[in-house]
Amino acid sequence: MSEQAKHAEDEHHIVGPKVYVICLFGLLVGTGLTVWASFVELGPWNPVIALAIATAKATLVVLFFMHVKYSSKLTKLTVFAGIFTFLILVSMTLSDYISRAWGSW
Amino acid sequence: MPDSPVIAHGADEVTDNAHEEHPSYLRHHFESTEQQADATGFAMWLFLLTEVMFFGGLFTAYLIYRNWYYPAFVAGSHQLNVIWGTTNTVVLILSSFTMAMGVWCAETRRKQGLVFCLILTFVLGLGFLGIKTVEYSEKIEKHHVPGLHYSLKSFLDPDSDAAAKAAGDKPLALDMARHTEVYFSLYFLMTGMHALHMIIGIGILGFMIFRARAGAYTSGHVTFVENFGLYWHFVDIIWIYLFALLYLISRHQ
Amino acid sequence: MSTNTIVSLPDQSTARIPKTNYITKENGLLSWLLTSDHKRIAILYLISLSFFFFIGGALAGLIRLELLTPQTDLMATDTYNKVFTMHGVIMVFFFLVPSVPATLGNFLLPMMIGAKDLALPKINLLSWYLYMAGGILALYTMMTGGVDTGWTFTTPLSTHYVNTNVLTTGLAVFVAGFSSIFTGLNFIVTIHKMRAPGMTWFRLPLFVWAHYAASILMVLATPVVAIAIVLVALERTIGIGVFDPAKGGDPLLFQHLFWFYSHPAVYIMILPGMGVISEVISTFSRKRVFGYTAVAFSSVAIAVFGFFVWAHHMFIMGISNYTVLVFSLLTMLVAVPSAIKIFNWTFTLYKGSITFETPMLYAFGFLGLFTIGGMTGVFLGTAGTDIHLTETYFIVAHFHFVMVGGMLMAFLAGLHFWWPKMTGRMYPEKVSQLAAVVTFIGFNLTFFPQFILGTLGMPRRYASYPPEFQVLNVFSTAGATILGVGYLLPVLYLVWSLKYGAIAGNNPWQATGLEWQTQSPPLTENFAVMPVMDHEAYDYEWLENQQQEQRREQEVTSAG
Repeated sequence: MSEQAKHAEDEHHIVGPKVYVICLFGLLVGTGLTVWASFVELGPWNPVIALAIATAKATLVVLFFMHVKYSSKLTKLTVFAGIFTFLILVSMTLSDYISRAWGSW
Repeated sequence: MPDSPVIAHGADEVTDNAHEEHPSYLRHHFESTEQQADATGFAMWLFLLTEVMFFGGLFTAYLIYRNWYYPAFVAGSHQLNVIWGTTNTVVLILSSFTMAMGVWCAETRRKQGLVFCLILTFVLGLGFLGIKTVEYSEKIEKHHVPGLHYSLKSFLDPDSDAAAKAAGDKPLALDMARHTEVYFSLYFLMTGMHALHMIIGIGILGFMIFRARAGAYTSGHVTFVENFGLYWHFVDIIWIYLFALLYLISRHQ
Repeated sequence: MSTNTIVSLPDQSTARIPKTNYITKENGLLSWLLTSDHKRIAILYLISLSFFFFIGGALAGLIRLELLTPQTDLMATDTYNKVFTMHGVIMVFFFLVPSVPATLGNFLLPMMIGAKDLALPKINLLSWYLYMAGGILALYTMMTGGVDTGWTFTTPLSTHYVNTNVLTTGLAVFVAGFSSIFTGLNFIVTIHKMRAPGMTWFRLPLFVWAHYAASILMVLATPVVAIAIVLVALERTIGIGVFDPAKGGDPLLFQHLFWFYSHPAVYIMILPGMGVISEVISTFSRKRVFGYTAVAFSSVAIAVFGFFVWAHHMFIMGISNYTVLVFSLLTMLVAVPSAIKIFNWTFTLYKGSITFETPMLYAFGFLGLFTIGGMTGVFLGTAGTDIHLTETYFIVAHFHFVMVGGMLMAFLAGLHFWWPKMTGRMYPEKVSQLAAVVTFIGFNLTFFPQFILGTLGMPRRYASYPPEFQVLNVFSTAGATILGVGYLLPVLYLVWSLKYGAIAGNNPWQATGLEWQTQSPPLTENFAVMPVMDHEAYDYEWLENQQQEQRREQEVTSAG
C-alpha cells in the first residue's frame, strides 16, 4: 500500500502553466520548422527531418502535457512498451517489403 | 470441520483510514482514492496503447505504399492545402494547451478556469473539424475520393489542376497515376479515423463542460479530466504525425 | 506412486453451503445481467462460452462426418467451406481466446491477489456484453448464409472473390476483440494496483503471472487485427485498394496485419492454460512449482517473443526469402520459454507426492499432448519442412494438439480444480476421471492420424481427398465421436453436481493460494477481512502450520 501511496504522490505533482506555455511555444516553433523544412530540397533527408521534428513535438506532448516526465516508472514503462510494439510492427513488416526487392539471395 | 467464512491474516488497520474519509466517488473495491486514481490513470494509458497499435496498422500500410509509389504520394500530397493543414496543426496544438491548462485548473480547484479551458478546447476541436470539412468537400468536388468516381485527371494532366500546377507537378504515367488512389485511401482512412476520435472527444468534452459547471471536477476528483486529457493529447500526437506524413511529403521543387 | 487422494471434504452430515455467498447475495435475472461482481461475470462467461463451444463442436462433427468418405457427399463444397470457417471463427474468437481468462481468470484473479474485485468492474461487464454481441453476430452470420473464407479471411479471396458474409463475421470478430482488450486491460491494472499487503510480484501464483503475460498480448496485439478487419471491410465496400493488386495494393499486407495479432493470439490462448497447469501440478504433487522464477519469466518471455514470429504463418505466401530466414530463426527462440515451462513442471512432479484426481489427469494429458504439439511446431517453424507441410493436415493436427490437447485440457483441468470453489460442490470423482480418460483417448485417435495424413500430403480445407487417405480419416472421425462423448460427460455431471454433489468446504484439495483460504462459494466481497500475504507462493509448510493451528483451535473449542 505504501508503494502505491508513493506513486500517487509522484503523480500528484501538479504541472504548472509555465511549463505548458514553454511546451506550447516549442510545439509552435516545431510546426513552423517542419513546414519550412518541407519546402527546402534536402534529398533523402526530407522525410527524416520531418519525422524527427514530429517525434520531437510528440515527445514534448508526452513528457509535459501528458505529465509522463513527472509520472511513475510504470507509466514510463507503459509508454515505452507501446512505442516498442508499434516499432516492431512497422519495422518487421517493412523489412519484408524492402527485402523483397533484394531478390532471391 | 465447519465452514468458517475466512481465515484472516490480521492487519485490520489497513482499511480503517479509508473508512474515515470516504468520498462519495470512491468505489468500494478500492482501498483509497489514491489507489483508484492510480488504477484508472493506468487503465487510460493502457487504452491509449491499444490506440497506438490500432493506428499502427494504418501507419504500416502508409509507409509501405509510400515506399512503393513515391511519385504518386508526392502528387497526392500536393493536392492537400498546406495552409489548411498547418492551421489545423496549430489549432490542435492550442487545444492541447488549453486542455492541459484545464487539467491544471481542476487540480488547483479553479472552477471558472476549468470551464473556460474546456470550452476553448471544445471550440478549437470544432474548428479543426470545420477545416477538415472544408478540405474533405474540396476533395469530393475534385473526385479524389477512392471508390466515389475517382478521377485521375489531376495527375495525368497537372496543368488542368490549380494545386498540381502551383506545385509544378509533372504528368504521371498511367499506372503511377492509378496509385494515387492508394494515397487518398490512406489519407481518408487515417484522417477519417483521426476525425472520428476527435468527434468522440468533442462529445465527451461537451459532457465534461456541463459537469464542470456543476463543480464535479474541482472538489478533489480530477481523474476524469486528467484521463480525458491524456486521450486528447494522444489524438493531437496522431495528428502531428499525420500532418508530417500526409501534407509535407515533398513541397520542394 | 500413491493411489491415495488428497481430497479432504468436511463431514457431509453436518456440512452446509454457506448461506451468504456471491450466488445467494441477490436474486433475479437482472441482478446477474447488471452485476459488477467479477465472479458472477465469470459464471455468465462460463455459460455463454460453453454454448459457443458446443456450436463450434457441432460444426466440427459435421466436418468429420463429411470426411468419412473421400467424395463430397454429405454437403456441397461451398457448404463445407462455410462449415470449417465458422468452426474456426467460433472456436478461436468465441471459445479459445476468452476461455480461461474470462471464466477462471475473472473469477480467481482478484481472489488470488487478495482484492475485492477487478480494478474496473463495469468494464468487465461491458466486456461480457461485447462478447455476447459478437457471438450473436456470429450466429446471425451462420444463419444467413455463413462465410467461407477460412477463419483467416485471407485476401484477396475475402475482399474480392466471395459473396458471403465477410462483413458481418468481421464485425463479430471486431466486437469480440474489444471484449478481449477490455479483459486484458482490466487484468493488467488489477495485478499492478490491487495486490493485498505483502503480495509481492514473486509471491503471486503462477496463474496470475500467466494471465498478466496473456493480458499484455490482448492489449497490444488485438487492435492490429481490428484495423485489418476494418481495412477488409472498406476494401469490400468501397474498394479502397489497399489489398488489391489491380490498384497497386498488396494482399500480403492483410496477412501481415492479421498474423501480427493471430500469432500472439495463440499465446493469449495457451498462457492462461499454462497458468492453470502450474496450479494443478503443484497441488497434486504437494510441491512448490520447480523454478518459480523461471516459469514466471518464461510466461512474460513467451508474450514478448510471441510478437516477433508472426510471418512463420506466411512462409509460402510471397514474403522475401530473407524474411523467411529471420522469422524462422526467431520462431526457434519462442519455443524455448515454453520448453522451459514443460521442464519445470516435470521437475515439479519429480519426488512429489502425486495423486491422480481429475484435474491432475487433465494436466498429465496437457503435458504430453502440448509437448507433441509444440515439437511439431518446430517442424513447421523450420522453413524447409514447412514448405512441404504447410496447408496440409499436419498444420491442422499441430494446432489441434496445442489448442485442444493443450489448451482445452488445461481449461477442463482448471474447471474441475476450481469447480468446488465456484459452486461449493464436488463433482463425482469416478465419472470425471472416466471422462478425462475418454477425452484423452478420443483426442489422440482424432488428431494423431492427421499428422500422418499431412505428411502424406492431404491438404487442409478440402472436402474431398484421394481414396488412399480414407482409412486414417475414418480413424479420425471415430476419435471425434469418442471425443464428443468425453466433452459431453462433464456438462452432465457438473450440472448434476450443482444439486447433488458433495459439499466441498473451503479447501477440498488442501491447496495453497488465497482463494482456498475462504469459503466456497466465496462471499461477494471475496474476503470478510482483507488478507495480508505473509508467505511465499506454494508454501505447503505454511499450509501445514495453518491446518495444525485450526485443528488445535477446534480441539480447544470442543474441549471448552
